[in-house]
Amino acid sequence: MTELGLDSVGPDAASRASTMIALRINGAAHALRIEPRVSLLDALREYMGLTGTKKGCNQGACGACTVLVDGERTLSCLALAVQYEGRQITTIEGLGELHPMQDAFVKNDGFQCGYCTPGQICSAIGMLREFENGLPSAVTSDVSATLMEFSDEEIKERMSGNLCRCGAYVGICAAIRQAHESGVTL
Amino acid sequence: MKNFVYTRADTTGGAIALLSQQANSKFLGGGTNLVDLMRENIEQPDALIDVSGLSSAGISDLPDGGISIGAAVKNSAVANHRLVRERYPLLAQAILFGASGQIRNMATTGGNLMQRTRCHYFYDEAARCNKRVPGSGCDATGGFNRMHAILGASENCIATHPSDMCVAFAALDAIVHVEGPSGQRTIPFDAFHRLPGDMPHVETNLRPDELITSIQLPGLPFAKTSRYRKVRDRASYAFALVSVAAALDTENGLIRNVRIALGGVAHKPWRAYQAENVLGGAAVSIETFQRAAEAELAGARGYGYNDFKIELAMRLIVSVLSELSAVGGQR
Repeated sequence: MTELGLDSVGPDAASRASTMIALRINGAAHALRIEPRVSLLDALREYMGLTGTKKGCNQGACGACTVLVDGERTLSCLALAVQYEGRQITTIEGLGELHPMQDAFVKNDGFQCGYCTPGQICSAIGMLREFENGLPSAVTSDVSATLMEFSDEEIKERMSGNLCRCGAYVGICAAIRQAHESGVTL
Repeated sequence: MKNFVYTRADTTGGAIALLSQQANSKFLGGGTNLVDLMRENIEQPDALIDVSGLSSAGISDLPDGGISIGAAVKNSAVANHRLVRERYPLLAQAILFGASGQIRNMATTGGNLMQRTRCHYFYDEAARCNKRVPGSGCDATGGFNRMHAILGASENCIATHPSDMCVAFAALDAIVHVEGPSGQRTIPFDAFHRLPGDMPHVETNLRPDELITSIQLPGLPFAKTSRYRKVRDRASYAFALVSVAAALDTENGLIRNVRIALGGVAHKPWRAYQAENVLGGAAVSIETFQRAAEAELAGARGYGYNDFKIELAMRLIVSVLSELSAVGGQR
């Protein structure tokens, strides 16, 4: 048995079994002994105790597991932790005491049960950065144009990878609009 | 998920050598499809070779007015690149109509070509699927096949290719650059993916020991007047029922040049050569567009729940061409 008690039989057991990796999470370096098959999501939750990032569908459909990697929103459930060595990973815990985006979600009732909220907030922060970098969306009328309007239609399209089963979308949309107007960045 | 050996490749040559050295190994790009398939036990590699950090990551300008896209370039980087947005708006749009913001940040260009069908029966280990277990049969043919193929299918498989990006590549006559132990070669985009025939488990003409290194888009000035339209069951973040990528070049009321490809209708991104043949040199009119659409769908076949796709595909072709001919103007 390995430390993790998994898959320790067979010729490749040694190399398939756990390996040491270094992850940079919320500004600090962490050494983890994990198997290659461990997702970034499970590494955060089960190995680091950072349970703010949520496991929803575990198949890339709901967005609850969204974290920021080098500032880009990323699905931690479809990410193998070993692939993210050396990258700057930011979770909801790393946003500080009360990030302006979190504050906007509170002020605009951008949640009900709260389960999707950490993913919504990380996604919204990453989305604002994409917008500021000039990335168009599927509803941008002219993809070759350099100026885009930050409309509700744009917010809805750009946030479509984050589901909220309570249906707090109106509040989420209002929160993101307010955060954008107040100039939120990571 | 079965465990595996993970190695990060530093060079293209190193990646190819590692693949040959390790039995039952696969390349790993962004992982957005492969990791999911591994979690479902549909894919069970013993080793993964991470090619997402290879230096092929980049987009470059080519002398013929085209561009080259490194296989490891992320979807969002392609969609946001100035040359893509200016020269190939249909490609930027196709990418932005696919997946979600998070997935587009992770998924690579090469990986997009290699992604597998989202046919429910392919994913369901309790179902028969010739793609997953060759020779076992196809439960989609007589099953709930709303998402399935209407063109080029076989009795063995009616799955569709799920990509949006690849529909634009098909319209643009992209060239796939690949490298293997015996050197480099190129594959015309239309010859990259295969129709199911009696071997639906073999989806591409990429050899098992080859790696996609880049996608070349030939210069195509009239692609400036192009667009991608996608019809799906919800407004965003859903696979296509039918999609159309098209570019149109008109002069004095005549069609000088046209490119059309369809998504969501076949086992591969479907280049609409029949429609293009009808359109070439013909007068710009709704009637011409209608004739072209009918010619393309003449050989279409529905399997029950997806019968609607035939009419939908025809209407979508007419609609997109009408829009493009208005945008492009009568030069």
